[in-house]
Amino acid sequence: MAEEPGAEHGPLDQFEIHRLIELEAFGVDVSFTNSSLWMVLNVATITLFLTLAMRGRAIVPGRWQSMAELSYTLIAGTVKDTIGQEGRRYFPFIFSLFMFVLFANYMGLLPRAFTPTSHIIVTFAMSGAIFIGVTVLAIAKHGFKFFGFFFPPGVPIYLAPLIIPIEIISYLTRPVSHGVRLAANMLAGHIMLEVLAGFVVALGIFGFAPFVMVIAIFGLEVIVAALQAYVFAILAAIYLSDAIHLHH
Amino acid sequence: MADQTPAEPNHPKNQPADLQELGAGLRRARGEPDPETPGPGRVNSREMNLAFRVAIELAAAMFVGGLIGWFLDKWLGTTPWLLMLFLILGMASGTLTAFRAATSAGGQDDQ
Repeated sequence: MAEEPGAEHGPLDQFEIHRLIELEAFGVDVSFTNSSLWMVLNVATITLFLTLAMRGRAIVPGRWQSMAELSYTLIAGTVKDTIGQEGRRYFPFIFSLFMFVLFANYMGLLPRAFTPTSHIIVTFAMSGAIFIGVTVLAIAKHGFKFFGFFFPPGVPIYLAPLIIPIEIISYLTRPVSHGVRLAANMLAGHIMLEVLAGFVVALGIFGFAPFVMVIAIFGLEVIVAALQAYVFAILAAIYLSDAIHLHH
Repeated sequence: MADQTPAEPNHPKNQPADLQELGAGLRRARGEPDPETPGPGRVNSREMNLAFRVAIELAAAMFVGGLIGWFLDKWLGTTPWLLMLFLILGMASGTLTAFRAATSAGGQDDQ
């Protein structure tokens, strides 16, 4: 947030990165920023939530335990449906991914909070890591046969020079669209909220109309936050499934 | 959501006929709309999500195609031909991905 007095308060201020602790390693700026702070808070909250909620280990779960079990069964079911029985090994990965994105999205909705997932570099780091990991996994599992992925069966051979570049571009697009989708959703929602909230003050007595809108859009954002976390996790599961079963 | 291919035993369509009838009766009694026919008041988040996904897929593929073409051009010194070629290939691949996303979502669970 802008600190100097009289500074204009724009809807984009909420995405600004501030260095909290200046750090430098080997000439690279590795400062601890507000983005890092919120990611640390995020992981700490997830750990607290899951361990405290499951502490009782009751057969009939209470409210907190139900929430923890709900997120577990949601991802466990999704992983089983998308990848199949071999998917059990990748459940911890998908579950961590889902919880990280979900909590980042939700904690970003708190007033004055920072949303790490609204920054494309954060989502790209995740989607890029998934992309590289999945490609290495596919090559390790299938060896040279992996490259058959770029030439689907049943396509006439004379179309190969056209279809292979198209399939390769389509494969390389995955991490881009995977990362952009999450960041764009979070960015758009937060800008919309801030712009409308600005109207509430500016319109005085008529500000109740944008105020109602803010409440409605906030409700929508709560849904979008969960939906995008789920979509991010399920796409990672689909890419894993493609790598394991090697088909589109 | 759009990419999911779930095998739901509890989905209304996979239940016996008498259960489906019972469900329809309950919905009528509660005054709920029939889930099979999306009314004008229902915000269909899955379709909105699919539309958003297709739009991003088209743009991202073109971007990636253009990027590959640009780098190959710089490397081989063939400006601007490979950029043009790969932009077109990128559009084609975006359309392909969007088509796959749309068909896989429409085939399985329609709403």
